[in-house]
Formats: sequence, structure tokens, C-alpha cells
Amino acid sequence: MTTSLADVASSGATLRAFLHGLPGVDRVGADQRAAMLSTRSIKTTAKARAIDLAISMVDLTTLEGADTPGKVRAMCAKALRPGEDAPQVAAVCVYPDLVAVAAEAVAGSGVKVASVATAFPSGRSSLEVKVADTALAVAAGADEIDMVIDRGAFLSGDLMKVHDEIVAVKAACGAAHLKVILETGELASYDNVRRASWLAMLAGADFIKTSTGKVSPAATLPVTLIMLEAVRDFRERTGRQVGVKPAGGIRTTKDAIKHLVLVNETCGDDWLSPDWFRLGASSLLNDLLMQRQKLATGRYAGPDYFTLD
Amino acid sequence: MAVFEYAPAPESRDVVDIRPSYGLFVDGEFVDGAGPSFKTVNPATEETLAEVACAAEADVDRAVRAAGKAFGPWSALPGAERAKYLFRIARLIQERSRELAVLETLDNGKPIRESRDVDLPLVAAHFFYYAGWADKLAHAGFGPDPRPVGVAAQVIPWNFPLLMLAWKIAPALACGNTVVLKPAETTPLTALAFADICVQAGLPAGVVNIVTGAGATGAALVAHPEVGKVAFTGSTEVGRQIARTVAGTGKKLTLELGGKAANIVFDDAALDQAVEGIVNGIFFNQGHVCCAGSRLLVQESVEEELLAALKRRLGTLRLGDPLDKNTDIGAINSAEQLARIRSLTEAGEQEGAERWSPACELPANGYWFPPTLFTRVAQSHRIAREEIFGPVLSVLTFRTEAEAVEKANNTPYGLSAGIWTEKGSRILMMADRLRAGVVWANTFNRFDPASPFGGYKESGYGREGGIAGLEAYLDV
Repeated sequence: MTTSLADVASSGATLRAFLHGLPGVDRVGADQRAAMLSTRSIKTTAKARAIDLAISMVDLTTLEGADTPGKVRAMCAKALRPGEDAPQVAAVCVYPDLVAVAAEAVAGSGVKVASVATAFPSGRSSLEVKVADTALAVAAGADEIDMVIDRGAFLSGDLMKVHDEIVAVKAACGAAHLKVILETGELASYDNVRRASWLAMLAGADFIKTSTGKVSPAATLPVTLIMLEAVRDFRERTGRQVGVKPAGGIRTTKDAIKHLVLVNETCGDDWLSPDWFRLGASSLLNDLLMQRQKLATGRYAGPDYFTLD
Repeated sequence: MAVFEYAPAPESRDVVDIRPSYGLFVDGEFVDGAGPSFKTVNPATEETLAEVACAAEADVDRAVRAAGKAFGPWSALPGAERAKYLFRIARLIQERSRELAVLETLDNGKPIRESRDVDLPLVAAHFFYYAGWADKLAHAGFGPDPRPVGVAAQVIPWNFPLLMLAWKIAPALACGNTVVLKPAETTPLTALAFADICVQAGLPAGVVNIVTGAGATGAALVAHPEVGKVAFTGSTEVGRQIARTVAGTGKKLTLELGGKAANIVFDDAALDQAVEGIVNGIFFNQGHVCCAGSRLLVQESVEEELLAALKRRLGTLRLGDPLDKNTDIGAINSAEQLARIRSLTEAGEQEGAERWSPACELPANGYWFPPTLFTRVAQSHRIAREEIFGPVLSVLTFRTEAEAVEKANNTPYGLSAGIWTEKGSRILMMADRLRAGVVWANTFNRFDPASPFGGYKESGYGREGGIAGLEAYLDV
């Protein structure tokens, strides 16, 4: 059942009618479903498989004012060889001015360079600045751009503004993949999470991402669930597959595995790869490595046996 | 092979200690029964779990007399004292919940996820709730000093063995009655474990008596002249027999019988959650639920979309070893029940309904039935009228609210119903018109000890749970 959605974004009124015509989300029911799926018990071989899958899906991130070229190079080294025989991560995620450093460090490895852009994390700037920010990152060698939507415009009902910004940034991306950050912690309702997901996909997002990591709550299980349902339904409707990236607050192997269970039971195999599902995180990687070693050896090593970056 | 296959994650059986044979629990002790003992099996494997005594008429008489003897001192205790025992029982249930959950799953076939996350928490909650009422009966609205009835004869089914025991025993004891309870023939083990908990809690001898056996034991129990109150949960057919037995004797009677609930989905419903609610409504506990949402009434404008989503979801249900923590659908409780489900689903096909099940491998041993959905169902089909008591959903459509109400009510039963819509006024309007004891809005199969439960029409009479549940056990 693929139908064209070409005219949906022809005006604010049609866009609004379409997004508000999507089935609602019942908060209690969505929370319950996410809670039920988080009781899945993933053990032994399944756990080993899930940990390696999760490592390969990590967008290893550093987004601090105090970031330095040296810190980014160190993070890239870890991204390429997380430890032992663990797989390399999916991407490194940095601010635009450090993209060149990261691109050089991971060149030829298959690890992608992602950069936040568009006046991250607040998105409070003009479209010109956002596009220039994007162009800067792409020119420096970014493979992926993580943009933020204008939450103020979305919440005040100016859906066309949000849409057109995404379209403009997508154009500035060129060949780079565009991840659209919804900042779900500011969207106030699950209905809005679903609408914002569809809005981003309609505007051309390659990925939809929960959060900047600068706002709490960041990625929660019900929010990831709703976004997974959105990409599943969007592909059903249009034939185009969009990826999902929960980011922020995923710190433990348990959290990561719960997210993988959501993917498995909501979207299935097609999304269970780094091409379609990412985990935006920094401290998560070491916990994954620690649990990985525990599974292999039966013992926990102390934190000093895992590198800081 | 799938990208992410879950490895087996079985709950350990080591926490339970099943004895080779069990006696009857009468007057605080385990005693032999005069009837021919019977075996209880694990329906997932057909392995015999234990040999269980069968209470003959004389045993039942002994149990009722023991309860009668205990009634005087028990009912004379101040409510706060009775509450202490009930609180103690509730805490012991919580402490032993893992053991009880595994035992329930072994004997019943339900997934450990459900016995652990639904049955056991509700069992403990029920005892806690009624423990709180024991010293407040004067404020329940039944007069300043409502008195208990006497000996309560309680007969419970096999679908929620321990939960139904809690629904029966907790309010009875809180009100000052003593009880003789007969668990179902196929699931006696958790009731016998509960007897052990009564001993552990120091409950006075004779206050709770458990007599195991089949239909004859139950018949002898409800017919006993010294019984003051009969409570039964089970089939409408047996409920009728009991009503006939009890008629004219002055015994109080509550019956909680069958159901054929409509789960009504409007086109403005939150569809993903409605799908979950439909699954939870009919596939929870393999559909062995008297209030199961066994008839799906879907508004015709969303039928196609909803059924596609429902089928996709049924494809992810995990059927298999009930002790595996990732199992969603366990075993059918008995060969007899499996035969009944098969015969009704065959009738469904013969009468012209369209049958569908997801690709689903059934284990070689044990009693199993795949989750099944029937479309093109008419109100006149047997699968739309008779209670199947299995994982079988009949799908019907409607166009208007009035048609939905008419179809939902057009059944001899009236235990429960579900409404799925984002429109609050429609929920209120529908709930007002549906002739069902429980109406769930945007959820299904949710229980709470404070909420009364019971049926209209052939689903029985009397209420269990909440303040209303006290009335059945008070002489008012």
C-alpha cells in the first residue's frame, strides 16, 4: 500500500490536517507496551549477539564546549578499535569545527563522521546560519548531519516552518545523510512525537533521532517505540525506509538491549543494522565492552581495564 | 535465521518443591481423602506433577464441620486481629511469590511472565486490600455491626487458580467467615501451597479448609446443609446446577460465569495501543479468561488497517515453554479444553468464517493451540455466540455507534466489554449502554482489588472485589 504523500506539505493547512489525522497515541498503553517489552530476558548467545550488534550501532559522541582535537582523535581511535575483537562502532559524532579532525582520524575505516549542526542544541538561529553551519560540516568531510528541529515553531503550530527548514538543510547536506533530532523531551506529548516523526520523514529525513542529549528526559523506551512505529508505518505507506536513533540517557548494556528488543519486535530484521538503527551515546560503549568481556570470561574486570576514551 | 534470536531463558524449577502426593487440608492438617486419588499434570509436557487426594462426601462433611467449629472463635475476634492474619498471609505470598509463580505455571500452563507479573502481584494485593477492610466493616455501608454468614463453600476454576482463591478467601476471612474451598481438578497445587502458607501464618485450624476433587466433590460441598454461603466461578452450565441445588435453602449465592465480551474499536482509536489491547484481551492466559475480549467489533472504515496491524503483531507472539521468561502464549490447560477449542474452531470454519493463524510451531508434547483469528464472522455463528475459552478471536464489523451497542449486547452473556476511542464523550455514552459488568476504556483485562467485578445475564450475579465484594460475605 504505497500512496503518494506529495501534496501533504503543499500548505500549512494540508500538513496540519495530515499530521493531526494520524492515529493518536494512548500514553498509558504505549508506556505499558514498552514496559512489557523491557521484561524480555536476553541471555547467553542472544546477549553476546546483542552486545556486538549494539557496539556496531553506537554513534560515539562528544559534544562538549571543552572538546579538543586531541580528545576527538582519542575518541576516533577507540571507535576504530573499541577493544579486544569487538566490532568497530558505526560513527563518531562531533561539533562542526572538529569534523576535519575526526574525518582524518577515521578515513578509510568505514566508521562514519557525524556532525551536529543547525545551531545545536537549541536550534535558535536563522535559517541562513543553520544552512551555513551544515555546509561547513559537510565541507569539512561529515558523512552525516544531525540537525535539530525548531521546537518553538512546532509547538506553536508553525509546521511549515519546521518542514521547510528540514528541506533546506537536507539540500545543504548534499550526499551526506540527514538525521533529524526531534528533541522529544520538549514535545510534551506522545501524539506530538508521532507527528514530528512523520513531519521529519515527509521533509526528507534519512534518520529520526530522539534527543540532543542536552535536555532531560532524552531517549525513553516509549518514545523510541513510537518513533519505530512511525518509520515502520512510513515505509508501509511510501516504500521509503527511514532509520531511528535514540540518543541521550542510554548508559548501560541493559538499556541498549531493551532498545534492540523494541526494534526487533516493532520493525523486525530490516532495521536491525547500523544502517537503520543507531544508539547515540558516549559512556555506553564501555559498559558494553565490560559486559562483553564478562560473557566471554565469566568475570568482571575493573573499570581501569577499559580505556576512558 | 533472524538477526536477533532470543536464546532460551527458562525460570528455574528449583524454587518449588512438589511432593509426590498431597492430602486434603482439613482442620489445619493434611489428611487422606476417601475418594480415588487423581494425578495433576503439567499441560505443557503431560508430565505427572503429583498425586492428589480426592474428597468424598464424608471428607467434605468433615471439612465443613471443621469450618463450622472454627467459625465461632474466628468471627468473635476483633476485626483488627483478623486483619493481622490477612496481612501476614499477604506478606508471605509476596515472600514466596517466585515459588508460587513457578508452581502456577507448571500446573496451569500459563507463561511465567504472566504468573510472575500479573497473577501473583494481584493475589497479594487482594489480601492486602481486604485485610484493610477487616476492622472497618462498620463503615462499609452495611450497618453499624454487619455479621458474617458462617461457613463459605467456594468452588474455583483452573484459569487463575491462586488469584481466584484470593478473590474468594480474602473477603470471606476479612468479614469473619470460615471457608471450605475446592480448587479445580486440573490445578490444585497452588491452593495446597496456600494451605501451607496458612499454617506458616499461624491461622487458627479450620478457618481455611481445602478439599481437592472433581465435580462430585464440588457438588457435595455446595449441597452441604451447614454451608451458609456458596461462591462459584466457572462455567454457566455448572453455575445453573449450583443455583438449582441452592434454591430454597436460604444459602447466599454468588456466581461468576462465562462471557463473550465485545472489544469495540472505533476509527479514531489509538491504533497501535488498540492492537495491544486486542492481543491482551484475547491471547492473555491463552484466552482462558472469562472476561476475555473474544469478539472484536471493529468500525468498518479501519477494518483493513487494523487487521493488517493485528496480523503483523500476532506474528511476533512467542508460543512455547511456559517457564521461558520470553514466552507470550503458554499451553492449553487440559486435553479436554483443547478438544473443546478444536471443535468450536472447526464449527467456525464449517459455518463459513475465515480462519487465520500466524506461522507458529507447536511443541510435540503437551496441549497447544495457535493464536487464531476468524474474519467474516456473523452474529449467528457459534464462534460469535459460545464461549470458546481459548486463544481464538472472532472479528465482526460495525458502521455506527448504535450498531456497535446492539451487536455487543446481543449475547446471553454480559461480563465485560472494551471501548477504544480517543473521544471521551463516546466512552461515557457507550459505557452507559453496554450491558456488561466491567467496561474497559482504552485498555483491557486490567484488574484491581478495589474494583468490583461481576456479570449481567448469564455471566452470573453478585460482585467480587471492592466494597461491593464485602456484601456477599456479610449477613445483610
